[in-house]
Formats: sequence, C-alpha cells, structure tokens
Amino acid sequence: MAGSIAASPSSDSPARFDLRRLLRALLPALSLALVLTAIAWLNPRAISYFGFTLMLNLAIPIALATIAQMFVIAGNDLDLSIGAFVGFVGCVTATWLRDAPLIGVAVLLGCIAFYAALGALVYLRNLPSIVVTLGMSFVWQGLAILLLPKPGGKAPDWLLATMGVKPPFVPFPILAALVIAAVAYVGLMRTSYGAILRGSGGNPVAISRAGWSLLKAKMVLFACTGLFGVLSGLALIGITTSADANIGNGYTLLSIAGVILGGGEFVGGRVSPIGAVIGALTLALAASPLLTFMRIPPDWQVAANGAILIVVLAARVLISRKESDR
Amino acid sequence: MMGVVGRIVARPWIWSFAGALLVWLAAILFTRGYGAGGMLTAALSLAVFTVVVGVGQMFVITLGPGNVDLSLPANIGLASAVAMTVMAGDDGRVALGLLAALGCGFAVGVVNYLLIRALQIPPIIATLSASFVIQSIDISFGRGLQIKPPPGFADFTNIQLLGIPILAILAVVFTVAAGVLLQRTIYGRSVLAIGQNMRAARLAGIRVGWVRFATYALSGTLGGLDGALLAGYFRGANVDIGNEYLLASIAVVVIGGTSVAGGKANVPGIWGAALFLVLLLTMLNTFGVSAGVRLVLTGFIIVAVITAAGGQKASR
Repeated sequence: MAGSIAASPSSDSPARFDLRRLLRALLPALSLALVLTAIAWLNPRAISYFGFTLMLNLAIPIALATIAQMFVIAGNDLDLSIGAFVGFVGCVTATWLRDAPLIGVAVLLGCIAFYAALGALVYLRNLPSIVVTLGMSFVWQGLAILLLPKPGGKAPDWLLATMGVKPPFVPFPILAALVIAAVAYVGLMRTSYGAILRGSGGNPVAISRAGWSLLKAKMVLFACTGLFGVLSGLALIGITTSADANIGNGYTLLSIAGVILGGGEFVGGRVSPIGAVIGALTLALAASPLLTFMRIPPDWQVAANGAILIVVLAARVLISRKESDR
Repeated sequence: MMGVVGRIVARPWIWSFAGALLVWLAAILFTRGYGAGGMLTAALSLAVFTVVVGVGQMFVITLGPGNVDLSLPANIGLASAVAMTVMAGDDGRVALGLLAALGCGFAVGVVNYLLIRALQIPPIIATLSASFVIQSIDISFGRGLQIKPPPGFADFTNIQLLGIPILAILAVVFTVAAGVLLQRTIYGRSVLAIGQNMRAARLAGIRVGWVRFATYALSGTLGGLDGALLAGYFRGANVDIGNEYLLASIAVVVIGGTSVAGGKANVPGIWGAALFLVLLLTMLNTFGVSAGVRLVLTGFIIVAVITAAGGQKASR
C-alpha cells in the first residue's frame, strides 16, 4: 500500500533515481513557475521586489493555513473549520491581543489545547473528523461574531511591524514562505516523531503494534493544526490591520486545495510540506494577480480560478498515473 | 421486550429523530405550547429541501472515502435561475422549467464525473473546482434577470394538507423510493459494495465507472430539482439560494447515521437529521438568542450529537 511506503522514512531518500518520481515531486514547483511566467509575460514590472511583496503578501496566511490543514490530512482527517478558526483567531488578535495581551495569549494557547482535545475526541470516539470540524466551524464563526459583531478592531503594533519588515534583496513573503516550508519539512519529514505522525495516517495498526500511542499522535497532529491556524490568523491580521468575523471563510477550501496541489493525498499519510507551501503560493497568485493582469472580467474570475485548479491537478495526475502504471 | 428496545436503540437513525423531538419539546416548553403545530409545519417544509439534496449527497458519500459533492450550492443556484427563466412566470411552462432544472443539474453531475474520471482529480477538489465554474456561469447568466416563479408553481410549493406541506408528503414518497433504490436494486447494492471495497467490487464484476457516473449524475439532478423547488417556495431565484446546503447536506447525511467511510447508508436518518437541524434553528430563534450564540450552540450540539450517536462503529 502507498501508506506503508510513506510511513518509512526511506521513501524520502533518493534510493534510486527515477525521472517520473522526480517530475511528480517537482510538479508543484513547475505549476508555480508556470503561473509566474504567465504573470511576467503579462506584466513584467510585477516581477520585482515591490511587485512580489504586494502579490504574495496574502499568500503568507494562506500558506500557514495550508500547513495547518496538511497536519490533519497527514492523519487521514480533514479540517473543515480551519477557515472559521482563522477568522476567530483574527478577531481575538484585533481585539484582546491588543487591549489585554495576557488574555489574548491565553485564549490563543487555549485554542491550540482545544484542538488537541478535538483530536483526542475524534480518536477516542472514532468520529468522522469532517462532521466534528463542520460543527466546530459553526462554533468558531459564532464566537467570532460575538467578539466582533462588526468589522473592526486593530492589529497590535508589534504584529504590524513584524509583517511589514522589508528584508534586503529577498521580499518578505518569499522569506516567510521559505521559513514556513523549512520548519514544517524538518518537523514532519526529518524527525523520528514526524515519521510516527505520518505513519499514524499511513498504517495506524503498524504504528500501534510498534508501541506508539495513536491517541498522542492524533492529539499532536491536531495541536499542530491549531498552532498553524493561530499563526495564519496572526499573519492575516498583521497584513489587513483590522478584522472581520468572515475574514477567513475562503481558507477552508483554499487550504485543502493547496495541500492536494502540493502533492498530498487525502489518505495514507502522504503529504509534502514544501509542496503544500508551493501549492498555497500558486493558488494565491492564480487567485487574483494573474487574473487581474489577464483582464478577466470579475464575473468570470471565480471560474478562471476553478479552471486553473483543474488544469494543474490534471497535469499532476497524468504524471502520477504514469508512475503507477509501471 | 428488551430485545425490541435494544433493536430500536441500535438503529443509528433513531437518535436523529430523538434529537429532533427533544429540540421541538424544548421549543414548545419555552413558548408554553404556543405555535407547536406551526413550528412542525414550517420545519417539515424547510426540511424537504435539505432532504432532497441530502439523499443525493448520501449516495455520493456512500461511494467511499473522499467522495463528496461540493458543487451542490452552485448547482442549486444555477438550476433555480434556469428553471425560473424557462418558466418565465407562465403556469403553462412549469413542467418545461422543472425539466430544464433537472437537465441543468444532470449536466453538472456529468461534468463532475468527467473531471473525476477523465482527469483523475479527487472528487472533493473536482466538485469544488466545478462549483467555481458553475458559480461564474450563474453570476453571468443571472445578472439583471427578473426571476419570479409562476404564481401556480409558487402556490403549489406552499400547499398544506391538514397542516402537512404537500412537498413534505412528496418528499416522504421520494425518500421511500430512494430507500428501495439503495437497498433493493442492483444499482443501490453496487453503490454500497463500491463504498465497502472498490477493488473487490470491481473484481466481482460491478461496473464501477457506470455506478459512480450514475451516482454523481443523480446527486447533480437532485440538486437541480432542489433549486427549482427552492425558487418556487421562496418566490424567486438568486445566486446564493443554495449556499447553506453545502454544510447542511453533509451534516444530515452523517448525523443521520451514514458512514463517512462509505459502504453504509441510511435513508430514514436523513429525515430525522434534517428535522433536527431545522427545529434546532427554530428552537434557538424562539429563545431569542443572538446570531453568534445561535451559531455556537448549533456547532456544539452537532458535535455532541455525533459524539453520542456516531462513536460505536468498530474501527476499520
């Protein structure tokens, strides 16, 4: 099974060179390059320090949300509440975190603990995560509305300063994406416990027989989702400066699409942190800058989004089908 | 005696009906019995729309992990606009309009399946991408249209017999038919078999491709039907008319006792779950809580119900 392969760390090391496998691994990067080429062709001035900073700014929270989603998907679950959760975190950030930092920090840490508890609930009662998180999406949305009935609030100054950093040569969003990808990659793909976490999705029985606690693995995966969800909300508010209860709603589907675009699978613990970040960047770029430069009328922008998603995934599947046909 | 009770309690759908009864009792306890019947009538009417798409979603989800139709809201929106345009406010063209809505939904289902099959995209992403495209078509098509249902059609969707909406009666007939389709036909048994083990089903000679095609087409067609009915009931079509049915269709399927892992479906539970969700909203509205509190309570109650009812499954 694919899962058992993914569970063993050896699948990551290039034991034998394989062109198709390499192609498959490179596909997220190729699709990003394709979108970038299109943008460069349509508007060469966009390919600059300033252009990238503008175009990719909103990609940081999307990338973080995608990594959050990736952790639950690694455990064969799905988080349909991540968008609402990011929105709630945003509301906490723009209100409590500024006015009463201690309460704000406590609430955000509490959220992560709550996510871990959700993981425990899903595991212990053997619940479908889709429904549990569907229910939770109502909860987060409701809490966000209670906290901030009207759009408003203001990001804490330290957060604005962090998100507004202008490092030399490399635009901040690109630097941030590199750091996010590196942290998630090392954590999930290069540590021994990361292998256990992926294994809990790939072959839970084997992991359990080997003496590892599946309960703990599930809780850690969900806690990681909570952590990156919180980071995504913080980053989002750092960019938009104020919050709105519905601000993260599109993130649920974007994050799932990003993980899949980046080479992840829904089952079997097969995910790729680097691919996920690249997938998120591709989606963020394809979502608006590309369409604006193509002068697509607003009515059809959503359709173009869907079409881009279809094309990229079709290409990816063509390659992986050849791989499996051997 | 204990055996009978035990068997009833073991039915997964009984919990959704019990939940519906419980929230209804809580609501009328609060109003001291006032409006109890009216609440049920309204709940039956509204539950119909969730039941129709819920049945389609149930067939799709039963196909196995990863199978879900996320294009339903966009599909409903487009079909409602198409139906109202074809009917053009004329009672004589109702049948034509309904047919157009069904055809529109069917086409959406076919496109979904083509994306899944020809391009081998996971169904979640395929139906999601398709819904983006459909949404744009709907926005562009529905712009500036004056879309009102024919008076006869609008009245028909609101008729009640002894306080029971006629749509609800038809929907009960429809769900019985869906139950027969699921449990007593080759198609239905094939869906269940594929959900249990696609590889084994294929080796057993089931034409997996055709069954999956039929299932996505069915879900799409039911979405189209729902769009037309909604436009009649609410006296007008609009792009957002189907938005709440994405979460609702998935929620009723799972609360109703259908396994998200596939291969195990439950038709009666869909009614229980749909009534439960509608009555839950009615109850919270009766209590007069704010929108935020209502959402929080709805969410926690869904999680609580699924924790109480859905946990007994043996691990895979």
